[in-house]
Amino acid sequence: MLYREAGDFKTTYVADSQTFPLKLDRIGFWVTLAVAWLVIPFVINDYWASSLLVPFLIYAIAAIGLNILTGYCGQVSLGTGGFMAVGAYACYKLMTSFPDVNIMIHIVLAGGITAMVGAAFGLPSLRIKGFYLAVATLAAQFFLVWLFNKVSWFYNYSASGQINAPERFVAGVAVTGPNTPAWAQYLICLFFVTICAVIARNLTRGTIGRSWMAIRDMDIAAEIIGVNPLKAKLTAFAVSSFFVGVAGALFFAVYLGAVEVGEAFGIQKSFLVLFMIIIGGLGSIFGSFAGAAFLVLLPVALKWLGVDVMGWPTDLVAHFQLVIVGALIMFFLIKEPHGLAQLWRLAKEKLRLWPFPY
Amino acid sequence: MKMKRLAAMALAGTLAAAPAMAELVIPDLSYRTGPYAAGGTPFSDGYQDYFNMLNARDGGIGGESIRIIECETGYNTEKGVECYESTKGEGALIYQPLSTGITYQLIPKATADGIPIHTMGYGRTSAANGEVFNWVFNYPANYWDAASVMINYLLEENGGDLSGKKIALVYHNSAYGKEPIRTLENLSEMHGFELSQLAVDHPGQEQKSQWLQIRRERPDYVLMWGWGVMNQVAVQEAANIGFPMENFIGNWWAGAEHDVTPAGAAADGYKSLNMNRIDANLPVFDDIRSLVHEAGNAAGDGSHVGSVLYTRGMYAAMLAAEAIAKAQEIHGVSNITAAQLRDGMEALEITEARMEELGMPQVGPAFSVSCENHGGSGLGIVQQWNAADGQWVALTDYIAPDDSVIDPLVAEDSAAFAAENGIEPGCL
Amino acid sequence: MSADFLYGIEVIINGLMAGVLYALVALGFVLIYKASGIFNYAQGVMALFSALTLAGIMSGQVPFAHLINAIFGTEIHYFGWEVPVLAAIVLTLVVMVVFAWCVQRFVFRHLVGQEPIILFMATIGLAYFLEGVGDLMWGSDIKTLAVGLPQGGSMFVENATSGLGGDDFYGFFIDKLDMVATVVAIILVAGLIAFSQYTKQGRAMRAVADDHQAALSVGISLNFIWVLVWSLAGLVALVAGVMWGAKSGVQFSLSLIALKALPVLMLGGFTSIPGAIVGGLIIGVGEKLFEYLIGAPFLGGATENWFAYVLALLFLVFRPQGLFGERIIERV
Repeated sequence: MLYREAGDFKTTYVADSQTFPLKLDRIGFWVTLAVAWLVIPFVINDYWASSLLVPFLIYAIAAIGLNILTGYCGQVSLGTGGFMAVGAYACYKLMTSFPDVNIMIHIVLAGGITAMVGAAFGLPSLRIKGFYLAVATLAAQFFLVWLFNKVSWFYNYSASGQINAPERFVAGVAVTGPNTPAWAQYLICLFFVTICAVIARNLTRGTIGRSWMAIRDMDIAAEIIGVNPLKAKLTAFAVSSFFVGVAGALFFAVYLGAVEVGEAFGIQKSFLVLFMIIIGGLGSIFGSFAGAAFLVLLPVALKWLGVDVMGWPTDLVAHFQLVIVGALIMFFLIKEPHGLAQLWRLAKEKLRLWPFPY
Repeated sequence: MKMKRLAAMALAGTLAAAPAMAELVIPDLSYRTGPYAAGGTPFSDGYQDYFNMLNARDGGIGGESIRIIECETGYNTEKGVECYESTKGEGALIYQPLSTGITYQLIPKATADGIPIHTMGYGRTSAANGEVFNWVFNYPANYWDAASVMINYLLEENGGDLSGKKIALVYHNSAYGKEPIRTLENLSEMHGFELSQLAVDHPGQEQKSQWLQIRRERPDYVLMWGWGVMNQVAVQEAANIGFPMENFIGNWWAGAEHDVTPAGAAADGYKSLNMNRIDANLPVFDDIRSLVHEAGNAAGDGSHVGSVLYTRGMYAAMLAAEAIAKAQEIHGVSNITAAQLRDGMEALEITEARMEELGMPQVGPAFSVSCENHGGSGLGIVQQWNAADGQWVALTDYIAPDDSVIDPLVAEDSAAFAAENGIEPGCL
Repeated sequence: MSADFLYGIEVIINGLMAGVLYALVALGFVLIYKASGIFNYAQGVMALFSALTLAGIMSGQVPFAHLINAIFGTEIHYFGWEVPVLAAIVLTLVVMVVFAWCVQRFVFRHLVGQEPIILFMATIGLAYFLEGVGDLMWGSDIKTLAVGLPQGGSMFVENATSGLGGDDFYGFFIDKLDMVATVVAIILVAGLIAFSQYTKQGRAMRAVADDHQAALSVGISLNFIWVLVWSLAGLVALVAGVMWGAKSGVQFSLSLIALKALPVLMLGGFTSIPGAIVGGLIIGVGEKLFEYLIGAPFLGGATENWFAYVLALLFLVFRPQGLFGERIIERV
């Protein structure tokens, strides 16, 4: 049972156009899901949850969101941090105004509100392109952060402007607040990641995804063959912002529990998520995961290696961390400009021909 | 740096990785990198050097050696959470989070985990109410105390009357910077001065608009809640517009050597608050130099001894060490737990005699902690920068804040927190 | 004339001065983008790095002292000499040229012909790398840059104009440092224009900016031109770093001044040197005036950061290629 199509017969069109045409891929996918859902929740501890897996999953959602906009629709955005802030503050206002409603609904609604805000800020994209658009989205970033910092209604008039997530339950188990068990924190994020990834994957395979890609590849040509650029661009902004908003809500409510807008959702966050999708691979759902993993896990791994194993002074390790991350980014780009997803694709290509490559 | 070869350290590191029993574990969430590194480095040096000195001189505290785990946060909340999670399993006794963001993060987490947090002069002000925040301590003083101390100092300067005076607050546009506003508003109603607020956005490289506004409005005094690059630029811009520096007062995070040195002689006369007295000749520094630095165990390059933030770090370590000793005394065991340390912190009493004994006379005010009051006495001094000598000079003795203004604010804010989070106030 | 009106003029003058400082940062971006199509995110970090290097060389600091001490257990910090300003500037420029060569040789030479977003990404990697190296080399404390730049408001201007308004007017405030910055910026731009118009290398540079392949086919060495451009960007970064660092000391936050340059670039266009200057002035005046008239009185202040972007955005909606950018011609 080698990794190849031969012998894997499809008898219907539905089977033929499925996401994973190779049997081994399908098995791998289901095994990954099974491990993520059925094994990890039982072995996870606080450290793994709040330092690695939860941030990884949340950044993966944000990266999928931005990848839809940038990777699939070709609109570079640097407003991710601001849109995450919209999700977080929407979630906070909903949580405190309607404490009896289930938090899951709040998170989805927060995503919906972000989608509307995102579509509004997407309007300039109809005229502005490329790097100019990237810098224009920074206007959204800076304005939103300023707004949430300035208008005290958003943080319920607290003295310092910090927002704190109150304790909320899903099926009797706390999922926000300090008493959340590690597995619950992990599972709620995993739930949203799974849903988002499935939705994103299927959207990008369908009509709407194809219209995005047409706009990305050449917007004038796409317009001529009948793709409505207004509709395509705004839906991309809205769908992307929905995911980013969900990520922001989870980031605030489940991961950190207390945030200050300038610190948590500043311009650095926008850049970080953009780095993730470029390193992971533009226009690839797998790439979003790979990029998020790379940028969340690598610094922790380097810190562990430097401080815990080698016993170096922490500040030297932190400086080396920057040098190594920077050097690795450049190295990867030189070796494979299309990101980790392309490396993965190439590896699979090779595997299909192994052991008799031509 | 720890003056051994890294190879040797690598070996030592792997050996130390095995959890050694019967140690007092103190994590140090330092920030020696990033935009605020200049402030984080001396604090962390002082914090670690003091514990290392105790290890070398007294064999630790109550016969238990101290193990410091340094973890670099870079002042970043997410890294701070990672640091907290990775060190709490080692049996951490007390956290000093050192950033507003990380503090707000850790308040619920550490409360749930039963580990005390000490936020000395920063963090959440209403944590002074120990009945709501059982595990959080912010003695010896907090931001609202600071605002009140500043006004009390100005009252004293003006013969007890500030009515009709104009006071401007230049603040970092963040949770930290907004802290004093409510207190100052209340005080302005009480004393009849006119308060204007000028926000400076992070990072604060460009403050021309704010200082032009100050130049136009000519306030009598300017108060500042600044941090990082904002401080250096503000001091420079104040000097540029010719604002009288002696009427410009920063809070205690805007009053270190590195805040004023870039402006050179122009910064002369700038004032700031401090919660600890600075004196480069404290006897305790001799112990640190001879037992720690000369033995090659200094946490940094040893150049910061006696500076404002180094002294503050050492002071923080002293308060932690005294609380540990107190906890050992209360519970009769030397290898205390985090919960026992909390009891020690709540029963902490710092007297003039004790500070003298420790070789740091008058480094802080004398104060005691109780279940109701986790905030200490709230005293602060005003110090002034002497650019010619390159040092801070204390101008006043410890000034008391106006508790009649602050106590109701603390009660109100902590009650709101308790209501939002369903906490039943009470002592543990 | 009423005091309010005069203060408005003062705000405009100071806005123009601030705009010059923004333009100084933006210039570095334009140089590299024009010649190689790279949007150089690392420009801000380059300003930090060059200013750190200048301060370090001047005070005779041992590079990588912290690392050397940690590895060998030594205790070295300073050479014990101080280098005069001019020599230190020359040495810093040498460092920046070496840096430019390394960037070209080890990174961008391998990325020729890639999409703009990939090149952009590589500069992000470069920014991380350079930030780490800067910290390792010179330490992360704040350094004072004593290159003898004047500071403080000009009393001459203040006294000369204080009679214009009533008692409420105190004369115009103009920072001497800003005046110096303006003069330096004029010299720099004049120098750059003269260089690109009248020297052989400058013409070659413009040829490369026009069309890589045509330039290559007439025998211009792309590698050399790119090293040259990166070196020039290093020079501009040094000037920007010194001007900004004189105010705040040289520290990490200096790398964030790149964010001030982005709206300027949007407005002026990524490919135009005059655009960077005019864009800088418009942004400087616009944000200061907005803060003076609307931001501080009605919106609670600190509006400058976002207003600069909103202003640039408004311009872009009407001119999507920026004020002076090359006209976008789209064909299918």
